[in-house]
Amino acid sequence: MIELEHYLTVAAVLFVIGIFGLFLNRKNVIILLMSIELMLLAVNINLVAFSTHLGDLTGQVFTLFVLTVAAAEAAIGLAILVCFFRNRGTIAVEDVNVMKG
Amino acid sequence: MISADLNIILPEIVLAVYAMLALVGAVYTGKDKLASALLWGTAGLFVLVAFWIGTVGTPGSTAFDGMFIDDGFARFAKVTILLAAAAVLLMSEGYMSARGLLRFEYPLLVALAAVGMMMMVSAGNLMSLYMGLELQSLSLYVVAALRRDSVKSTEAGLKYFVLGALSSGLLLYGCSLIYGYAGTTDFAGIIAATSDGHLSVGLLIGLVLLISGLAFKVSAVPFHMWTPDVYQGSPTPVTAFFATAPKVAAMGLFARVMFDAFGGATHDWGQVVALLSVLSMFYGAVAAIGQTDIKRLMAYSSIAHMGFALMGLAAGSELGVQAMLIYMAIYVTMNVGTFAFILSMERDGQPVTDIEALGMYSKREPGKALAMLVLLFSLAGVPPLVGFFGKFYVLRAAYEANMAWLAIAGVIASVIGAFYYLRIVYYMYFGEDRADALDGGKSPVLWGFLMASAVIMVVGVVNLFGIEGAAQAAAATLVN
Repeated sequence: MIELEHYLTVAAVLFVIGIFGLFLNRKNVIILLMSIELMLLAVNINLVAFSTHLGDLTGQVFTLFVLTVAAAEAAIGLAILVCFFRNRGTIAVEDVNVMKG
Repeated sequence: MISADLNIILPEIVLAVYAMLALVGAVYTGKDKLASALLWGTAGLFVLVAFWIGTVGTPGSTAFDGMFIDDGFARFAKVTILLAAAAVLLMSEGYMSARGLLRFEYPLLVALAAVGMMMMVSAGNLMSLYMGLELQSLSLYVVAALRRDSVKSTEAGLKYFVLGALSSGLLLYGCSLIYGYAGTTDFAGIIAATSDGHLSVGLLIGLVLLISGLAFKVSAVPFHMWTPDVYQGSPTPVTAFFATAPKVAAMGLFARVMFDAFGGATHDWGQVVALLSVLSMFYGAVAAIGQTDIKRLMAYSSIAHMGFALMGLAAGSELGVQAMLIYMAIYVTMNVGTFAFILSMERDGQPVTDIEALGMYSKREPGKALAMLVLLFSLAGVPPLVGFFGKFYVLRAAYEANMAWLAIAGVIASVIGAFYYLRIVYYMYFGEDRADALDGGKSPVLWGFLMASAVIMVVGVVNLFGIEGAAQAAAATLVN
């Protein structure tokens, strides 16, 4: 039997993978976007699991909002990334370093 | 029922519909030729809506089953946000059109961000909180990268986007835990679930993640790392915008969540917020000392100022919220003036942000140098200027909430922070007179905002323009 804890554990693991992906990845900004998406999807698992557990629909409505915003966020992220690539000619994370301090 | 709800959020609807219609209209007709008209129109609409919110109707109602709260606190924050955004828009025009940056998207994105900010301070539910926050953040990511052909601006946009998305993720994860352990996303429901003053472990973790996400948005240490780069890389009018309205909205949202949803557990979050406050004040004061770029310096300055505003919140009392609101209103007024000065810093039509370029500025522009001197003293909190009263209120609130250590730390941090403000004054009055001096900067709009802000800093000491009473009334509706 799969209980609430199992879902929460999966979500927590995915969320932590997302955070580590953001901080440890030195290669490619696209991987950052994927990590961000992973974090948001982990949240969705959490929300749906809680929603079923509580017998309350609010969590699933929240999930739909999160999905919508995640799509908009990815679109804007990619747009900014394209602009950055045009100026800099690279999307390696270690090259995002014109300003330091 | 629905018409009553719609009536309550009418100001937001008007702004949102305006932004969308203007967007479609501009795309199909004149595009950037309309940019200037749209900018003035948006600023005018902001001022009108601010007066509308400030004067019409009585606050204290909720709409959509408590999703949207229209109380005195929200109204105070909204008026501050809208007026600050209008001021920044008006200041932007000259700078942006001179550099070919004045695109029609700019005022419309600012308008959409303003709608998001108004939703944030009125949020009564974790969902409306998230939607408002994202509407604001997504608009701000785009305006940070407004200068598409500049590496710095796009890099600022990219950094802001990645770190902002991370903070949204943390905040959302916190929201999901709060929903799971409180059983509801409604603030009223959450406060009922925590009414015995005891938070379960799940709620506590959720609360800490939520605070982390919000601390990102107010750029409090240790979640400040995006601030200096974004402030430096964005076009200066955009920096001015970042330093004013979104900060008020984020602080308003912070206070809203803490008191409306977790008002029963003041002790649990009071300590966390106090820690954020101390770290921000000291980090902002110390890290600004070595800066040579004035925009970067203003970023550290805003980190330190957010530390002071958080001190009011950490007090967890009505007095604290009142102090926070007064502090934010004063901070915004000072920043509008300071950025009017920074926007007018140019040499041969090129913007200059190097502090040393201000050498002996007072000789060429005594009036503007004097106004900037007043503003910098006010930012540093030197009595008897208005900036001092902002600090005085938060320190008093912290002291009366039995956080004397926090108040003492605040005084020490503000003394350290005074150094870098006075360094700018030093350059303006005693610095080296360089051959490649700055031009005068002839814009009458910027001059007007700079002078008005400086005059307010001096004249305001009489009664703070009655803002004290308004802030008290606003705080009373939030804390009960």
